[in-house]
Amino acid sequence: MIKNNIVYMLNNISKIYEGRDVLSINQLSIQKGEIFCLVGPSGAGKSTLLRLLNFLEAPDQGEIKFLDQVYSQSKQPSLDIKRKVTTVFQRPALMTSSVVKNIAYPLKIRGEEVDYDQIDQLLIKLGLEDLKDQRADKLSGGEAQRVSLARALIFKPEVLLLDEPTSNLDPANIKIIEDIIIDYIKTNKTTIVMVTHNLFQAKRLADRVGLLHDGSFIEVKEKEGFFNNPEQELTKDYLAGRLIC
Amino acid sequence: MDLLIEGLQEAISLLITFDPRVINIILTSLQVTGTALFFAALIGIPLGAFLGLSDFPGKSIIEAVLYTGMGFPPVAIGLLVFITFSSAGPFGFLNWLFTTRAMIIAQIIISFPLVAGFTMTAVNSVDSNLLLQLKALGATKRQVVLAILKESRLGVLVSVIAGFGAIISEVGAVMMVGGNIERSTRVLTTAIVLETRKGNFGLAISFGIILLTITFVVNFCMSILPGRGGRND
Ligand SMILES: Nc1ncnc2c1ncn2[C@@H]1O[C@H](COP(=O)(O)OP(=O)(O)O)[C@@H](O)[C@H]1O
Ligand SMILES: [Mg+2]
Repeated sequence: MIKNNIVYMLNNISKIYEGRDVLSINQLSIQKGEIFCLVGPSGAGKSTLLRLLNFLEAPDQGEIKFLDQVYSQSKQPSLDIKRKVTTVFQRPALMTSSVVKNIAYPLKIRGEEVDYDQIDQLLIKLGLEDLKDQRADKLSGGEAQRVSLARALIFKPEVLLLDEPTSNLDPANIKIIEDIIIDYIKTNKTTIVMVTHNLFQAKRLADRVGLLHDGSFIEVKEKEGFFNNPEQELTKDYLAGRLIC
Repeated sequence: MDLLIEGLQEAISLLITFDPRVINIILTSLQVTGTALFFAALIGIPLGAFLGLSDFPGKSIIEAVLYTGMGFPPVAIGLLVFITFSSAGPFGFLNWLFTTRAMIIAQIIISFPLVAGFTMTAVNSVDSNLLLQLKALGATKRQVVLAILKESRLGVLVSVIAGFGAIISEVGAVMMVGGNIERSTRVLTTAIVLETRKGNFGLAISFGIILLTITFVVNFCMSILPGRGGRND
């Protein structure tokens, strides 16, 4: 494994909420250009981990190495570094302005010129071209989530974090979103960490899969190995639908 | 009833002839309240946004003070400003008492808690997921605050209208610190009191009509300003 191919390296991370250890990760690395699927029962700490990876919160202990710099509770990355990462959440939070304005927002706050042709192309790919000037708060759930994804992709983040982006959507919308993710990662060197409850989705998209349970990783493996030869009992239970939290 | 009709007739003639006494009082009212509202918004909107978006120890105390300020009797504020700017008070040397400046100060103190309080409520009601999402998109603190204020623009507008309504119609404090001096500190509300006392009902009614009209027009303009935008419609 070449050192430069590692985007994140987590060491002895712990996150405490109200005196409770909700996350404790000995070691985890995320490789450049991979789709890492994060699975696990609800309450396992998946969303918390994504907030740490997006530097929205700092760990209480441990270090996160990101693009060869080490960060911790006492040292958070600069704005420029933070801006290389973004998250699409389960429930899209759009602003009450037009679809186009929502998508242009990340560029505007970065002081970058807005390329409206590029936005149009993205809108076409996502089947949103007719909704361009519509108010974003009037969209259906699936449309809103597609806008949310477009808003994240428009500034070409180096890391895209997806927190159950399709769990509220119908199959057609799920397909559109999965297709654009696959298409996007082929043309860009983006790294994706995706939380999903849908094991079929993980099978379709993942390079590697990690099972998080009670704040710790039980098993992290290449996709084939994870699904076909799980080593841990908890993984087997999870895959068989026996793991509830 | 005759009195009212006569008063109305006189009021209309005073208005259509642009009586200089009337015009002067309207302008003073608008100038004092407009200036006060500008500063109240300047203090109140950022304060309300800050309180609505941040969490720190002692925040609830500040909120309680603010809520008290929202319901504080204007006359008491008038008294406070009077004492502060009287010759024996700490700011007596400014000689602002019985000028529009003292009136503006009083009106700022009356209205900014309203602006801040309503802004805080408006900002609080914005989806908290949006806050996290904006940060995740790379917004700085300032950009987050601006975006959230924009989201709650209708509520912020209401806060300004509430502040305006409170001071344009207020009489006790401006009477006390302004002194109701003709062509200087006389505003619509103090003029109504004075003319009623003198039995000049026509004049008093015409001021009343103007006050109502201004309040209506300002409220109307503010309510159509953001178009159909806003999340509360
Ligand atoms: N801001 C918070 N304050 C307190 N507890 C929290 C907070 N966020 C998450 N938790 C707790 O941390 C645990 C992990 O939550 P989360 O990361 O959302 O799990 P998942 O996304 O895997 O369902 C849960 O028990 C949750 O209640
Ligand atoms: Mg979650």
